[in-house]
Amino acid sequence: MKLPRALQLSPVWTPYVLLSPFVVLFCIFGLFPLAFSLYLAFQTWEPTSGLTAMSFVGLDNFVFSLQDEWFWKSLKNTAWLAVASGVPQHLVAIPLAVFIHNSFVRSRNAVVGAYFLPYITSTVAIAILFSSLFSTDFGLVNAGLRALFGGEPIDWLGRPENIKPAIAMIVFWRYVGFNVVLYLAALQTIPKDLYEAATMDGAGRLQQFFFITLPSLKPMIYFGVTLSVIGGLQLFEEPFILTGGRGGSDQSGMTTAIYLYRMAFDFNDFGAASAMSWLLFFVVVVLTWLTNRAFKPRGGSA
Amino acid sequence: MNASNDRIAPWTAYVIVGIGALIMLAPFYFMFVFATQSRTEIFSLPPPVWFGDDFLDNLKILTDRLPFWRNLGWSLYVALASTALTLLFCSMGGYAFALFEFRFKNALFALVMGTMLLPSFMNMIPTFMIMDALGWIDQPRALYVPGAASAFGIFLMRQFVTTSIPKDLIEAARMDGCSELSIYARIVLPLLKPALGTLGLITFIASWNNFIGPLIVMRSPENYTLPLALRSLQSPVDTEWGALMTGSAIATIPLVILFILSSRQLIAGLTAGAVK
Repeated sequence: MKLPRALQLSPVWTPYVLLSPFVVLFCIFGLFPLAFSLYLAFQTWEPTSGLTAMSFVGLDNFVFSLQDEWFWKSLKNTAWLAVASGVPQHLVAIPLAVFIHNSFVRSRNAVVGAYFLPYITSTVAIAILFSSLFSTDFGLVNAGLRALFGGEPIDWLGRPENIKPAIAMIVFWRYVGFNVVLYLAALQTIPKDLYEAATMDGAGRLQQFFFITLPSLKPMIYFGVTLSVIGGLQLFEEPFILTGGRGGSDQSGMTTAIYLYRMAFDFNDFGAASAMSWLLFFVVVVLTWLTNRAFKPRGGSA
Repeated sequence: MNASNDRIAPWTAYVIVGIGALIMLAPFYFMFVFATQSRTEIFSLPPPVWFGDDFLDNLKILTDRLPFWRNLGWSLYVALASTALTLLFCSMGGYAFALFEFRFKNALFALVMGTMLLPSFMNMIPTFMIMDALGWIDQPRALYVPGAASAFGIFLMRQFVTTSIPKDLIEAARMDGCSELSIYARIVLPLLKPALGTLGLITFIASWNNFIGPLIVMRSPENYTLPLALRSLQSPVDTEWGALMTGSAIATIPLVILFILSSRQLIAGLTAGAVK
């Protein structure tokens, strides 16, 4: 079938036609929400009174958020969780990747697959499963701990000081495999002759790890840590399910993402919730920038 | 020389990596074991470590408490619709970004890539309000239409077209009188197949697992997708853990099968941004 010449697209117009469905959706559901959320942060509005009932309140929402005890508490919780789940991911993923890189050939895909599987499964299903594994009297985690170390069963999800470690463990379990894959890819790019030369010079495995492998992995560590920071600061689903959507006893499992969800959908304050989302975004940007600074090579030190 | 060190290392590596892999897989094992146990059996001492025979009873409780098959159907429908739209729009857009020159191309691409790094919580509230304004609350299209504007999809498609479809091929087709649309449909799309497969898998899985989206826009239990339906079974006093585990296992099995069939492709696609 051939269209008449007049109806055929010229190559000049083709890209616009090809891009238009994407761009239309991107503007409506990608860009507009962002702009709108910034606008909303300076308004007071609650959904029952209709869209016309907004009024400008200047910086009130930001002032309110910054004076809100729970907002600060949620930021502290989020920071704690981001560090406690993020740092171990890399401390474990790097040596794991090195082990897999050096010693696994034929079974490599199966092993990597086992570590990666949690990353693609439903957070909700996983969080539900872990709520039962972390149960105080009959949970497998406590049964295992008691078999190994004895002692009293731990009330993981009931006591404020235990909720965060439980959440951090789940997050660690879910994302460590992703990092293993990143580091495996980076390891493959390190030239083999570096190690051969080092062996000739009498460097042992540990020395090779610290003086060749780690420095070569630095760009990937930077990238991986950045992803962990961004991901850790937006934790929502795992703590949401584990604490029944409320943040847990004494709000100790309440991340900022959960708090701003509650601010909007439980407490009906959409303006303050938007202000909080921009404040949290500001934290994400600052921490990403700090990570960048920390990894930037300074004055020739490699 | 470190000869002894060299001999021991691979052996330790096998043990450490192997134990780690077991720890990673154990929760899945227990999810499937618990799916076949009743609530009282799951919470007995010691907890069950082998399969029981309560799978059908659990399924019965699940279908009594939830419109479970309908929830499963919605999950599948939303995931398929989302995948189809994403593949169509992102392949068109990625092709345009890769092989055409047009005004504001670089600025637009930078803008799209910039949103890829935006945290998901930024969109939570405005998305609800837009859906409310459009009258899309409690409608499945509120879940699959926005997702089709996937920055990651555009990135993946553009990357693939740039590296694997030569511009000369498109020029030659044009010289032969092939119309622009049939170049896309008959030349570009077939060549994109591997990338479409990867993006399709990733989109399907993301939609299947999506929790925040349905949490914000879906209202009536019969319109819930699976994750939302399962979470609605959780209650502080009387949670049917056996049924909940059966539901979680049913939500997880399709993913495990997809992963076993295509783990290399999936892993490569999901880490595409990091590993060039």
